Amino acid sequence: MKTMPYLLVMPALVLFAAIVIVPLVMTVVLTFHDWGQYKGIDPVFILKNWREVLDDSYYYEVFGRTFKIAASVTVLAAVFGAPEAYILNRMKSPWRGFFLLVTLGPLLISVVARTLGWALLFGGNSGLVNKGLMSIGLISAPIPFMFTETGMVVALAHVLMPYMVLAVWAALQRLDPQIENAAVALGAGPFTVMRRIVLPQAMPGILSGAIIVFSLAASAFATPAIIGGRRLKVASTLAYDEFLNTLNWPLGATVAVILLVVLATVVIVANRLVERRYARVFG
Amino acid sequence: MSRNGPVALLYHALFVIFMLAPIVVVCWVAFTPEGYLSFPTRHWSLRWFYAIARYPEFISAFWQSLVLGALSSAIAVGLSVPAALAIARHRFPGREAAAALFMSPLMIPYIVLGIAFLRFFTLLGIGGTFTGLVLAHIVVVMPFALRLTLASAAGLDRAVEHAAVSLGASEWTVLKRITLPLVVPGVASGWALAFINSFDEVTMTVFIAGPGTATLPVRMFLYIQDNIDPLVTSVSACVIAITVAGLVALDRAYGLERLLVGRGHDGR
Repeated sequence: MKTMPYLLVMPALVLFAAIVIVPLVMTVVLTFHDWGQYKGIDPVFILKNWREVLDDSYYYEVFGRTFKIAASVTVLAAVFGAPEAYILNRMKSPWRGFFLLVTLGPLLISVVARTLGWALLFGGNSGLVNKGLMSIGLISAPIPFMFTETGMVVALAHVLMPYMVLAVWAALQRLDPQIENAAVALGAGPFTVMRRIVLPQAMPGILSGAIIVFSLAASAFATPAIIGGRRLKVASTLAYDEFLNTLNWPLGATVAVILLVVLATVVIVANRLVERRYARVFG
Repeated sequence: MSRNGPVALLYHALFVIFMLAPIVVVCWVAFTPEGYLSFPTRHWSLRWFYAIARYPEFISAFWQSLVLGALSSAIAVGLSVPAALAIARHRFPGREAAAALFMSPLMIPYIVLGIAFLRFFTLLGIGGTFTGLVLAHIVVVMPFALRLTLASAAGLDRAVEHAAVSLGASEWTVLKRITLPLVVPGVASGWALAFINSFDEVTMTVFIAGPGTATLPVRMFLYIQDNIDPLVTSVSACVIAITVAGLVALDRAYGLERLLVGRGHDGR
């Protein structure tokens, strides 16, 4: 009976060991290999690729852009997604389910199709977004969205928004509406209720949503590739280029491994901080 | 509970417009009668939907995605059920590590997975083949399949199984007649969620799909990189229509919230 659980997990375990762990280790090994235009991949152990990435300011620029975009997307998603989750949570039954479907549904629609929608909306200086913003007098001159960081941030915020709404929504499910009513009965204004009652209880959701959105934004591929075009690179599109256009696999693998390590560090540290801060709430 | 005020409702309306705008725009442009990108107002046409028929690579990519999604999700679910039963009801050394390993594809950027698979499959000689795609997709959809299977395995009432045993059922009969039927709802929704994720996956697949095995999102992505024309909007509109139909069906059957959050209100 002791071997039973091992027998049950064995098939999946074997598959994951063979198809996940081995290739990942091989990718790390690949970063130490040499590469030449004519000789291809040379299985030696050198630090050339790491030196190249760590010495060249171009790579710092690309990684800087990647994390700047990810941070902006996270802030946008939190600022606009959290209130929406709160509003959804206060809706009555049939509407609530309907609008939850409308808000979360896009998550399951092809990211290529959603990004194509933004490319159409941005579409040069005469795009619908610029026309709309100018007609309501919010801006006087068209903002370039296509092939810019601004465009990437807006499109990614849309693509990842459902994750934030979902995380905050899950946190708000634990909120007892009677506490809000009690605060109001005790004379608290709507602003105080929001600041002292709702926000503290929604905070774990906002933070865990922020971690998800940040890591997905920093590793996003299709959206930055379509909106950024061929020139404005982020880490993932740079790695893609090295792999499928330049064919310098060791260099591309180095970029990808750096992205993986930095992201894993950020996510683990952030998770620790959130858990420690809210240990009392969860415990 | 207090109700949403007018400001909240206005905000909500703007938010919904923001969420739906790009999706609506794609479908709108797909009906243009012109040969270039435009927003049709007075004249609508289905010409770009008919045009899809002249591009067999989109049609074959669609079938490719469909078969790939169905097959890899089925295998992922098949691996998830025993794993979920072990993780949900046994305490054994390495249990947490196994669960973390099966969930790890959610943590690893898909770009890194794509690169790792490309290198590995090329060395194995299955680069660009359907076999490679299936293996990679099983891994990527496994977390979705496992999470919902795990939820239903953890929610099982052991008393029912004990009752069956006390009535003389063998271990095999209990598994076949009691345990498996009870986890079927979780397994079915796990398969559906896995299928949708496989069907939409582009980042990892773009690395390992060969010219003959490109899935629909990969074809769309590569096409868009070269040029954006009404053809790709009509293809996208079809994909959106199919996904929305699937979503509505899933929502009716299980509830989208339960599917995405992974548990119902009663779960906590």
